[in-house]
Amino acid sequence: MLSEDKRQQEPLVEVKHLKKYFEVKESGGVKRKKKVIKAVNDVSLTIYQGETLGLVGESGCGKSTLGRNILRLQEPTDGEVIFHDQDILTYNKKQLRQIRNKMQIIYQDPFGSLNPRFTIGQSISEMFKIHGLYTPKEREERTKELLELVGLDPNRYHSYPHEFSGGQRQRVGIARALALNPEFIVADEPVSALDVSVQSQIINLLMKLKKDFGLTLLFIAHGLNVVRHISDRVGVMYLGKLVEISETDNIFDSPAHPYTAALLSTVPDPNPEKRRERIVLEGEVPSPASPPSGCSFRTRCPLATERCKQVVPELQEVRSGHFVSCHYPLAKGQTLLDAIKEKQTSKV
Amino acid sequence: METPANIETAPEVEPVQQRKVTFWTSLHRNKIAMLAFWFLIVLHVIVFIGPLVWSYTPTEMTTTGPLANWSWAHPFGTDDLGRDVFARMLHGGRITLLVGLAAMLFSLLIGTIIGACAGFFGKVVESILMRVTEAMMAIPNFFFVLVALTVLGTSPMMVIIVIACSGWMEVARVVYGETLKWKEYEFVEAANAAGAKPLRILIKYIIPQVLPSIIVSGTLMIAWAILTESAISYLGLGIQPPTPTWGNMLQNAQQYLWTAPVLGILPGAAITLIVLAYNFLGDGLRDALDPKFVKK
Repeated sequence: MLSEDKRQQEPLVEVKHLKKYFEVKESGGVKRKKKVIKAVNDVSLTIYQGETLGLVGESGCGKSTLGRNILRLQEPTDGEVIFHDQDILTYNKKQLRQIRNKMQIIYQDPFGSLNPRFTIGQSISEMFKIHGLYTPKEREERTKELLELVGLDPNRYHSYPHEFSGGQRQRVGIARALALNPEFIVADEPVSALDVSVQSQIINLLMKLKKDFGLTLLFIAHGLNVVRHISDRVGVMYLGKLVEISETDNIFDSPAHPYTAALLSTVPDPNPEKRRERIVLEGEVPSPASPPSGCSFRTRCPLATERCKQVVPELQEVRSGHFVSCHYPLAKGQTLLDAIKEKQTSKV
Repeated sequence: METPANIETAPEVEPVQQRKVTFWTSLHRNKIAMLAFWFLIVLHVIVFIGPLVWSYTPTEMTTTGPLANWSWAHPFGTDDLGRDVFARMLHGGRITLLVGLAAMLFSLLIGTIIGACAGFFGKVVESILMRVTEAMMAIPNFFFVLVALTVLGTSPMMVIIVIACSGWMEVARVVYGETLKWKEYEFVEAANAAGAKPLRILIKYIIPQVLPSIIVSGTLMIAWAILTESAISYLGLGIQPPTPTWGNMLQNAQQYLWTAPVLGILPGAAITLIVLAYNFLGDGLRDALDPKFVKK
């Protein structure tokens, strides 16, 4: 899927040490304590021009927050987001509005993401209006072209969102995101709310449009199987941290982080003959308000040791282009079960 | 799953429908609202055109004498001073309706601006505006009106301003809550992501969502404003006689409740019917403005 020259390509978006903390007031008592939730905790990643980076993780791990912070729809607490060699976090509101057309977002919820009082035509042509583009007639023509492009009947220009099905609304959302010819699109779980049959249509549509328009995608999802089809590279997040990032095949064939390995073992395989061992992680995701010391995954990790409690693992390159933040990354070809057995025998 | 990406036209596409359900067609389907609507139209026409046609003025004492029964010359009879009650109903209605309408619009304007700004901009703006709103709410409404009118005088303009200033808080709270709700929607964030300015987002994306609630508040407001105006006129603090309003006509009528009950029944019934009609119309408008509410 990905050629070797990918990494020599231009980076389009560089995220450096991005942090997004939320302050939550605890209820009750005269003296209210403030708790800090580290939704995105020091994440660095690079998105190259023309690639699709898949981002997966359990719900609440901060992947959507990361996407919104990259677009500066929320204000990050700290860090840098370099877009076209400029840190957009230093932009003022006016500068930010001017580059908004270059970076767009597609939402998960096909119901809440369209203005219920706009016809879908208005919703899309509004994008041109905001930037003062075209005459009203040109706007309508452009909008109808866009509707056709995403596989909708342009005659439904005057229909309201509630007259559409979920999949159709998602197409409208995609048309809206494409309206301003963006370079970079964050797709925030665009298929999670859809039926499986509609999911593949939307994914295929996204892949086609990505190719035709030379888009760069950050594709956020909570399931690995969806991401596999569309992504060039995949990043895995856990509790606000990026734990592993590599090319898609590397992630799926030889995951290095125990969390990724455990996640992968739960993906159903269509081949019933194939024997697989499923690894069920024990316990719950710890509250991001009080993350464990050291490695944030250690409370559920079958390989965790004393060292994981003390030292926070840094994201490091274990193989070419394969970054993991783990003290005991799995070797190429080594399964998590092997590693667990090895650990047990070494103890004895 | 591994098939190359080809997109067909979405199979979910339904038959082409160019239907554009307008607000009027859906209002037409609501019979009670339409009845109320036409009742109000007819009433407003009578009240606003009638005085131009009707030969008697509300203050002139006719030769028929006091407390006369109905006749062709005086359809509603005459009052205790021999004035034509029909003429007084027309002129009184004109003032009552104008005061109600103007006070409603004015208080909607204040309430919407304050509520929307507080909800949308948040932080300091929210704290200041909502504390002011709550402080105003703590003052008993009717006493505020009474005191303000005693101090400021009782010209119709002043009555409108005072009633509006005492009634906007409910609107502000409703709009504030709705704004808080709608500003979290993803289509609002999408407008922000497209680079829309905050004021555009507020006016084009949030206010239209709040509009049904504003209209419902408006109907309650106009009913409340008419009732308040009638009440203060009844107490003698509103618009002063001899200028008639339905409220001070009621006050006048109570002395003759047994001898000439029609003097009390007429303005009382007029107030009741108008308040009811505005409420029914408001309900109909709310449904008609909601694009999801399309009856087959």
